[in-house]
Amino acid sequence: MSLQHISPTYFRVKIDRDYCKKCKRCVSHCSYGALSFNGEKIIADDSKCVACQRCVSMCPGKAIRVVKDESYLPQHGNYTQRIRNIIWAQSGNGGVLLSATGNDRPIRSIFDDLLLDACQVTNPSIDPLRETIETKIFFGRKPQQLDFSVDPKDPNKVSLKTEFLPHFEIDMPLMIGHMSLGSISYNACMAIYQAVNELNVLAGSGEGGLHPDFYEYGKNIITEVASGRFGVDIKYLQNTAGLEIKIGQGAKPGHGGHLPGEKVNSLISQTRMIPKGSDALSPYPHHDIYSIEDLAQLIAALKEATRYKVPIGVKIAAVHNSAPIAVGIVRGGADFLTLDGFRGGTGAAPRIIRDHAGIPIELAIASVDQRLRQEGLRDQITLVAGGSIRYSADLIKAIALGADVGMVGMPVLIAMGCRVCQQCFRGLCSWGIASQREYLVKRLDIDVARNRIINLFHSWNEELKEVLGAMGIDSVESLRSNRDRLRYIGPNPRIAEILNVKHAGE
Amino acid sequence: MKWENYTSLPEIFRNQRIFDGCGISGYLNIDGKRDSGSKVIDMLCILHDRENGLGAGFAGYGIYPNYKDYYALHFLFDTEQIKEKVLSHLEKIGYIIHSEPIPTKTPSNIDNPPIIWRVFYEPKQMKSISNDEQIVNLVMQINEHFNGAFIMSSGKNMGVFKGNGWSHEIAEFYNIKDYKAHMWLAHSRFPTNTPGWWGGAHPFNLLGTSVVHNGEITSYGTNKRYLESFGYKCTLFTDTEVIAYLFDLLVRRHKLPLPIANLALAPPLFDEIKKMDKKYQIALKNIRATYRSAMLNGPFSVVIGYNDPTSTMIGLSDRKKLRPLVAAASEDENTIYLSSEEASFKRLMLNEEFKYEFSEIWHPKSGTAIIARVGEGLLYNGLEKPLEKIQLSVMGV
Repeated sequence: MSLQHISPTYFRVKIDRDYCKKCKRCVSHCSYGALSFNGEKIIADDSKCVACQRCVSMCPGKAIRVVKDESYLPQHGNYTQRIRNIIWAQSGNGGVLLSATGNDRPIRSIFDDLLLDACQVTNPSIDPLRETIETKIFFGRKPQQLDFSVDPKDPNKVSLKTEFLPHFEIDMPLMIGHMSLGSISYNACMAIYQAVNELNVLAGSGEGGLHPDFYEYGKNIITEVASGRFGVDIKYLQNTAGLEIKIGQGAKPGHGGHLPGEKVNSLISQTRMIPKGSDALSPYPHHDIYSIEDLAQLIAALKEATRYKVPIGVKIAAVHNSAPIAVGIVRGGADFLTLDGFRGGTGAAPRIIRDHAGIPIELAIASVDQRLRQEGLRDQITLVAGGSIRYSADLIKAIALGADVGMVGMPVLIAMGCRVCQQCFRGLCSWGIASQREYLVKRLDIDVARNRIINLFHSWNEELKEVLGAMGIDSVESLRSNRDRLRYIGPNPRIAEILNVKHAGE
Repeated sequence: MKWENYTSLPEIFRNQRIFDGCGISGYLNIDGKRDSGSKVIDMLCILHDRENGLGAGFAGYGIYPNYKDYYALHFLFDTEQIKEKVLSHLEKIGYIIHSEPIPTKTPSNIDNPPIIWRVFYEPKQMKSISNDEQIVNLVMQINEHFNGAFIMSSGKNMGVFKGNGWSHEIAEFYNIKDYKAHMWLAHSRFPTNTPGWWGGAHPFNLLGTSVVHNGEITSYGTNKRYLESFGYKCTLFTDTEVIAYLFDLLVRRHKLPLPIANLALAPPLFDEIKKMDKKYQIALKNIRATYRSAMLNGPFSVVIGYNDPTSTMIGLSDRKKLRPLVAAASEDENTIYLSSEEASFKRLMLNEEFKYEFSEIWHPKSGTAIIARVGEGLLYNGLEKPLEKIQLSVMGV
C-alpha cells in the first residue's frame, strides 16, 4: 500500500438511505467528485470531500450530512493532526502547499480582547432611530489646513483658496477588499460591484483587470496595479474611483498574486491579457520598485496618467516595520494607504506564508496611525485597514484604533454562500464563487448575491450607528482613533500598551 | 475652599480624565467700556445647582491696560523654590517687565496656601518662531515639566483667576470685584470623579484664548490625538483643554475666519449640506473633510473669549444642543450676555444696584455660533444658517 493512503480524511459523508430518493442531484452538484452513483445507490469517496455542504443544501430529501471523521490518530500535543497532515502531504507531492482564505491557526484575536465604552449619566447617548448619526466619510487626500482669505474691507467676503486634492465621498467607512476576476467568478464580481454601487461604498478590483461589463460601476471601484500589471491599460486607470498600487497582501507578505492555470479560461485570459490555462503568477516584488523612491515615481506616473483627478494609494501587508514604511509611502505621495493584516484572505497562497508571515492588523493600525501622527501626516490621508474584519464589532474597533475605512473580504463571500471550505485555489468552488467553470459560476445568482451583500452591510451600518449612539457620538469621524473609548481585557498588557488603550477598569 | 492640589492632580487621579457638569456665564461690552466683576459674579453664583464647590474661575479681558503690550502670565506655585526656579528660567529666555503677587484673601489659618503670582513678560525675539509661539511652548513646557508650577493664563491684557472652591468663594478670594474688564467669562463646576484641583478649574487659557465649557466631549480621544500631531500636549486630562487648543489651532495657526472655525468644530449635518448651493456644499464638505478630527462630538456648550487683536466672545453649543446656552442683549444693546441659564439674566434684573433690563433674551440654535466683538457689535446672533452671512468664493468654482 502506498504511503499516501494513510493520509486520514477529515470528513465523512453520511447518506440516510431511508431518505435518499436516488435523484443523483448531489452527484451533479459535487464539483469535487466525492459523490457518485454506482447503479444502485449513491456512494461517497470521503477523501475527496471538502465539506462545502453543497450536496447537503441541494438534497431534496435532506438525506445527506457531512460530519467530522472521527477516526482517531494517536494523540500528540505537539505533532497535532494538522502538522502531521502537512508532512504527509508534502512527503507525498514534494511541493509547496497551497492554501486559500486567511490564516486558519487559532491565534487569539486582539479585536476580541477589546471592549467598547458607552455613555452613562454625564453625557447622553444618542438614539439612532430618532436622531441623525452620520457614517459618511471622505476617501482620499485632504490638505493639512484650509486657506481662507478675508476681504480686508468686508469681513463677510471670504474666499477659499485651497486647491482641492482628489477625494470623494462614500456612505459607510467600508471597502470590499481586492478579489480579482480570476480568483472569484464573473457573477461574484458583478454582485459585489452592483452592491457597492447601491450602497455607495468601495470595492477593490484585485489585480485581474476590469472586465468591460464592470466599467459602469467604476465610481465605486478601486482598481489595482500589481506587480504583474495584469489588465492595466489607460481605460483601466482612468475608469476608477481610486488606484491602488499593490505591494503586498496580508495573506502572503512578500509574495505576488497566484492564479492557478485551472482558473484561467478565455474570459480571464482576455481581461488579464494572458494565455489561457497559464498560471498567472505575479512577480514577488514590482520589478520597477526596488526602493521607496521607485514607488514614489510610480505614484507620480499614475497621478500624471490620471490627470491628478484620482486618489492613488498603496497597499502593504502588515509587517514588523509597517510604521516607517507607511511614512515613506505617504511622503512618496500616496493619497491613501491600505494595511492588510496577517489574517487577510487570499484565493491562493503558499500555506507557509499565509500561516506564519505578517502581524495582526490591530497592532499595525495602532503603530501606523501613531507614527503618521508623530510625523504630522495622519490627517492628510485615508487609512484603510483589513485582514480579518469579520463583523461590525471588528470594523468599529478598527476605526477606534485609527483606521478611516475597514476592508472586508471573507464576510462578503460568506454572505454569498461560501462555506469556508478553503479550496478556492482549486477552481472547483461548488457555490460558483471562487471558480471560473461556467456550470459552477451560473449557480451563483447575481441578484440574490447582490442583495445579500447589501443586507449584510446595511446591518453593519446600523450596528455601527447603534454603537456610536451608545458612545454619544453622532458622526463616525469622531470615533476614528478615539482609543479613549476602548479598553483591553486580554491576557497581555503589553498589547494594550502598543495599542495605547487602557486596561478595562482603568 | 480646598487648600490642596494647586498645580497638579493628586497622584492617584493622574491620567484619568475629569468629567464635569458646569455653569457658564459671560458678557462683552461692545463699546469696550470696562466694568467691575461684580455683575459676572452675580450671573454665575445664581447657578448654584450647577456646581458642587469643587472649582470655579473667572477670566477678565482688558484688566491690565498699563501692561497691555506684554504677556500677562498668571502662575500657581506650590513652593517658593519652584517660583524662583520658574522666574529665573523666564529671565533666561526673555524679559520680566513686572512681577508681583496676585492679591488674594488667603485665610490666615492655612498652612500651605498656593503662591499666586503674575508676571508681565516679553520673550526674546527669535528669528524662527513668533513671540506667540514661544509663549505657547513656554506654557507647554512649564505645565508639563516644572513640577509645582502651573500657568493659569498667558494672554495680553487679560487674566484667569481660578481655584478649587465654590464660585462665590473664588470670587471673594481673588477680589474679582476689583478688576475692570470689557469682557468677562466665568465658570463653576460639578466634577464627578475627582476631588478637583486648582489648575484644572476653568477657564482654560492659551495666549489670548480662554474657554469655559459645560459638557463632555465624546470625541476627546480623536481630538487629543489630532492636536498632538500639531505639537500640543494635552496634560490636563480634560475636554476643555482640547477645545482651547483646537480653537488656537484653527483661528491663530490656520487663520480660519471665526464663522468657518465654528463650522469646523460643529459642522452642519450632511443632510443640511446637500440642500445648499454647490459652492457652499464644496466649502462645507472640504471643511468637514480637512478638519474631521477637529469636530467636537458629545454634549457641550462653551463660551470662548479671545483678544487677538480685538476682544471677541463666542458662544457655541453642540449640534444637538445637549447642553444649554442662552443669550441676551442689554437694553441699549451695548452688552451681549451668555449663560447656561436664563436665571443669570433674571438675577441681574433683580439686582437693586444695576436695575437691569434686557432688550432681548434668545436661544441660539444648536451648533450655531453667537459672536460679539468689541467695536463691531453682535456679528452673529446664533440663529443663522451655516454660512448665511458669508459671501463665499471658492477657487475654481
